[in-house]
Amino acid sequence: MRVMAQMAMVMNLDKCIGCHTCSVTCKQAWTNRTGTEYVWFNNVETRPGQGYPRRYEDQEEWQGGWTLNKRGRLALKGGGRFRKLLTIFSNPKMPSIQDYYEPWTYDYATLTDAPAQEHTPVARPKSLLTGKDMKITWSSNWDDNLGGSKATEEHDPMLKKIGDKVKFEFEQTFMFYLPRICEHCLNPSCAASCPSGAIYKRSEDGIVLVDQDRCRGWRMCISGCPYKKVYFNHRTGKAEKCTFCFPRIEVGLPTVCSETCVGRLRYIGLMLYDADKVLEAASTTDEHGLYEAQREVFLDPNDPEVQREAERAGIPQDWIQAAQRSPIYALINRFKVALPLHPEYRTMPMVWYIPPLSPVVDVVKDTGYDAEDKGNLFAAIDALRIPIEYLAELFTAGEVAPVDRVLKKLAAMRSYMRDINLGRDPDASIPEAVGMTEEEMYDMYRLLAIAKYDERYVIPPAHAEQAHALEELATECSVSEYGGGNPEIFGEGSGSLTPLAVENFRMLQDRQTADTLASPADKSARVNLLNWDGKGAPSGLFPPRPDDEEQR
Amino acid sequence: MDTFLWVIVPYLCLTTFVVGHFWRYRYDKFGWTTRSSQLYEDKMLRIGSPLFHFGMLGVVGGHVIGLLIPESWTDAVGVSTEAYHAVAVVGGLIAGVMALVGMAILIYRRRTVGPVFSATTPMDKVMYAVLGVVIALGMWNTIAGSILSVGGHYDYREGVSVWYRSFLAFQPDPELMADAPLGFQLHALAAFALFALWPFTRLVHVFSAPLGYLTRPYLVYRSRDDVELGSHRPRRGWERVG
Repeated sequence: MRVMAQMAMVMNLDKCIGCHTCSVTCKQAWTNRTGTEYVWFNNVETRPGQGYPRRYEDQEEWQGGWTLNKRGRLALKGGGRFRKLLTIFSNPKMPSIQDYYEPWTYDYATLTDAPAQEHTPVARPKSLLTGKDMKITWSSNWDDNLGGSKATEEHDPMLKKIGDKVKFEFEQTFMFYLPRICEHCLNPSCAASCPSGAIYKRSEDGIVLVDQDRCRGWRMCISGCPYKKVYFNHRTGKAEKCTFCFPRIEVGLPTVCSETCVGRLRYIGLMLYDADKVLEAASTTDEHGLYEAQREVFLDPNDPEVQREAERAGIPQDWIQAAQRSPIYALINRFKVALPLHPEYRTMPMVWYIPPLSPVVDVVKDTGYDAEDKGNLFAAIDALRIPIEYLAELFTAGEVAPVDRVLKKLAAMRSYMRDINLGRDPDASIPEAVGMTEEEMYDMYRLLAIAKYDERYVIPPAHAEQAHALEELATECSVSEYGGGNPEIFGEGSGSLTPLAVENFRMLQDRQTADTLASPADKSARVNLLNWDGKGAPSGLFPPRPDDEEQR
Repeated sequence: MDTFLWVIVPYLCLTTFVVGHFWRYRYDKFGWTTRSSQLYEDKMLRIGSPLFHFGMLGVVGGHVIGLLIPESWTDAVGVSTEAYHAVAVVGGLIAGVMALVGMAILIYRRRTVGPVFSATTPMDKVMYAVLGVVIALGMWNTIAGSILSVGGHYDYREGVSVWYRSFLAFQPDPELMADAPLGFQLHALAAFALFALWPFTRLVHVFSAPLGYLTRPYLVYRSRDDVELGSHRPRRGWERVG
């Protein structure tokens, strides 16, 4: 047994209202820079839908993740080491910018600069890649709320799998949101695909990171990740990905996406797992067995033997305690209501989801029947095969039974809690019908419905002796604010100019001084507030005073 | 003049090449990348880039054989001069044409595809020009010198190659280069200019050829802090036992 700790997340999809707050705050925190305009470490997809980048789930096309080779051994679906090196000059499976979307801004200056004319001036979209006029045809959530799905739904690879019977019936009955971040897999195929060895998994908390100094821009990680959650920064020529907000996690704060989630649907906690079992679990022959196999990899932090082994592996005592209180462990292994996203990619993802019951409830409600009655809900779950098959394609490689079990548990919880809320005697037969005790059911209700901040985010806190080195605490030498030291690179307005590279130093300068819209060009007259991190006053924040010259 | 052209200039360029790479690696590890533009455009790159790169690998391999292996060695293993030249010319032509065609496609792409053109630095342009000149002169030497025998026959293995090895052994013999045809002289000078530019261009990615990938384990684990296990020092009384 080789115990390792993994920071993991569970999202309760029932609560997601698709507000995109997580995406926006994440973008503001991490990808508001030139070169990452099209990058969303966190994005929210409407399901059914194509996702972002388009049709990323179609692994026959993109060849991401792992597969079993003829001898039944785990192999990269996109080809092994030799194949990777042979195709290194042009990655055959890399999505183009059109598969994401061409980033753009608007020619806002026209609105104020335009001379008097008959028609109202219009801010026209300009490509952030070329600076030229462009026609907006796609974006990261173009099919939000099934917008335009009549035209595009056939492209949903998951919908295709369950056949044509769905189509419109599906759209009428079912829609939900799927927020996605990097899965921080136990068996990451992006790291395995990286020729430079720049992508690594942190041995303390399992967060998967890209070493920016080692990355050489070979782009194999981008095609290697089946979730398409590694992105190419086209300005620096390096790969970037979700960091699980590690500077925040290190000081015990939840990720930005979790912190700002309006629906409070995200849970963060530790999972202990047996690293020796990962390969075997990922090599499970039957795709349907992968969900169970991954659950088997996790260790029970309350088991004394596990605790002993964890200590021997150097996991601090307070981390073991945090693992015991982990809401993730409760949702995955105790209540068994969380499911992994696409276990069939065999990467052992560590961001799990509680599938949504609300659409089922809505259908029952619309029929006029009691939508919180156990019998009605159970019957509806059985009757609404199509949505459940779709959920199964997402979370259990197409096997319906586990999804069915989870939804029934959620339904049972609703009707059991209603009795309590209405002051009636709780009905013990309800939890029993889904194989739970009354106490377990109540605990699950507490965790899903009213868990407070410190119950949703159980992140072992940082220790004072290291605090100065942790990035989120501003106790480091603060010379950088006064022009010395290492200026923050985030936001074009802050710090001094950072030479990204000797050879593109000029390009950087040109971008900032050029008279085009692609970059904040005429800085004296305007500034891109999206890129401003709030520090200092970048030149151009205020227009030049007309009388400045005269006064001097 | 010969000493200047065939001793001083080459050593200056070589020094720039070596010191430049050292400096670049220390100063600009973050900028050490291929700066791929595949995200912007895919179709032309898919043909042009492998054509160019595999062609270049052939060209470099041919130069290593031609410049570093003395004629006496190949004679010793029984390769006749005719056979050697036939292989060298045919192989050189194939690799050279691949590289030239690939480069033409890549430059056309760079000029015509909007985002790729905007991402082109002045340094890129200089580098492309020098590289183009080097390849074109090399092709000229192969075609004009070896096939058409313009300006009489010249065996570079008894001239340029010997000089190059003497140059690497720090006992340069400028006479050998001074006697070489103009085409070879220009090719060598242009090549040294390219070596001097090398560390300041995207060409540095050549030295990142990820051969280690073939032997390393698939998954890389790294500790946040190599000194301590776990992400922080345990509190007093909570230290690890055993």
